[in-house]
Amino acid sequence: MKKLKAYKVIILICLILLSLAAVVPFILLVISSLTEEATLMRNGYSFFPEVWSTAAYAYLFEHSSQIFRAYGISIFVTVVGTAAGLLITLLLAYPLADPEMPGRKVINFLLFFTMLFNGGLVPTYIMYTSYFGMKNNILSLIIPNLLVKAFYVILARSYFQNSIPKEIMESARIDGAGEIRIFKDIVFPLSKPIVTTLLLFIGLGYWNDWNNGLVYLTDPKLYSIQNVLNDMIRSIQFLSTNSGVISTTTLPSNGVRMAIAVVCTLPVLIAYPFLQKGFVKGIVMGGVKG
Amino acid sequence: MADGTTKTRKKQWWRYRWMYLMMLPGIIYLIINNYIPMAGLIIAFKKIDFRKGILQSPWNGLNNFKYLFATKDAFIITRNTILYNLAFIVLITVTSVAVAIMLAEINNKLALSLFQGSLLIPYIVSYVVVSYLGFAFMGSSGFLNKTVLPALGLDPVNWYLETGPWIFILPLVNNWKNIGYASVIYMATIVGFDSSIYEAASIDGASYWQKVTRLTIPLLKPTIITMVMLSIGRIFYSDFGLFYQVPQNSGAILATTNVIDTYVYRGLLERSDVAMSSAAGFYQAIVGFIVVFAANKLVQKISPEDALF
Repeated sequence: MKKLKAYKVIILICLILLSLAAVVPFILLVISSLTEEATLMRNGYSFFPEVWSTAAYAYLFEHSSQIFRAYGISIFVTVVGTAAGLLITLLLAYPLADPEMPGRKVINFLLFFTMLFNGGLVPTYIMYTSYFGMKNNILSLIIPNLLVKAFYVILARSYFQNSIPKEIMESARIDGAGEIRIFKDIVFPLSKPIVTTLLLFIGLGYWNDWNNGLVYLTDPKLYSIQNVLNDMIRSIQFLSTNSGVISTTTLPSNGVRMAIAVVCTLPVLIAYPFLQKGFVKGIVMGGVKG
Repeated sequence: MADGTTKTRKKQWWRYRWMYLMMLPGIIYLIINNYIPMAGLIIAFKKIDFRKGILQSPWNGLNNFKYLFATKDAFIITRNTILYNLAFIVLITVTSVAVAIMLAEINNKLALSLFQGSLLIPYIVSYVVVSYLGFAFMGSSGFLNKTVLPALGLDPVNWYLETGPWIFILPLVNNWKNIGYASVIYMATIVGFDSSIYEAASIDGASYWQKVTRLTIPLLKPTIITMVMLSIGRIFYSDFGLFYQVPQNSGAILATTNVIDTYVYRGLLERSDVAMSSAAGFYQAIVGFIVVFAANKLVQKISPEDALF
């Protein structure tokens, strides 16, 4: 009875191998950022480099103005976008949870229809650039597509519907509290689970976004850290297909590129163990529709 | 009488005035970000002139579509989009159900959170970072070319110039990135199953394998079908990051990496071929809508609470 059953052993081995497969590429990334450049060129990317070096990180700190700037933009965009997105999402979801509000059905349909049908990149791009001046505008990293997602509104709406007792709101209304006060002082403090979930997902979406920068920005001064990374891998691609056309000295070395990728992922990886639980809960909450 | 009802209706609207005010920013955003571009799809029927804007540009009938469908690209991007999605759906379903079943056997909380946590890491990084990971393996001095292939006595491969390997690389990367997410959903369902049926099966002498194949998988069926149907609903769309970043936008391998989303992007921003791009976008929006609609009608029949409508 006490001995481990054969199937349990097989399961353990499978899960260990799969978990390693998920993590190993990141280990290779970190190790290659800590490999001496000449070794990297000679032996290639390896888990056991001959010569270790922190030169890439030293270089990063010496030539850090663009990286710091991009980092600052990423932080700014993530903080502002997440705060604004969360607020607008909650403010839209809360009234929709009231079954008696006139016009509720129409707005619910408009909301949900955006999940079935969309205009796609071309009209969106032309609208935002020619009518809203989004080309090379930092707001382009915040507003298009990322700010409010119908799916998150629907998640919040069902939370308000199912997890906040109607009686509390009713008694507050009888006491003469206004709707905005009820939302601010009663509903919001009771909504911690959904607020945490939305903060995580919206925040991660902003930190990881490179798509808006790719589409709307050509000015490197406005690049987020993801856009800087994206730009650098393009130049590697350019080098490998046009070798010899431009000098390698103008581009950061392989190790430096890998170091920037590490620095870009680090905040997410450091925060992750603390957020993992909320993250898993959020996925389950979103359920199959995610 | 009629007067009375309009009055109460008016009163009702007035009572909710603050609620409408709260919703205003969200509604304005949806109109701008989602509804105006829907109307903007008409540019597929225009000869777009950026100086004149969408409305003032002259009409062009179906010419944009004629140009698009006269090219090989129309077929290639449709084929790639659909076939990759089908491969992704089959692979992710089989592997994530298997992982979920295995994870459900882990009773130690720490071990479970370590496994689940590791499997989810690829999901929380951006595709730009994934393209760096890919480059560390597949670059000219990458781990594959300098360590793995020499050890097997094989010649290095120019991964970013060879079309063949990508039909395996893309499903692999997609699965690597999304298996954690999908298995969390399946596992949540498994954990919710009534444990007494499993106990009863054990008393009847059922082996572990029998419990998996005769109980867990049949019980998971509604969830699996729903997830698959919802993915089929998205079969005309693809993850732009996967198809743009991981192959590093390499022109030489477009035959096996170009999908509708990347084609539309390149047409608009790299080749300045808005006519083709807008036609492809229109085609994707319409066919995509029909497929989502049909798939959801089916989900509604199978499991109404999971349907989008």
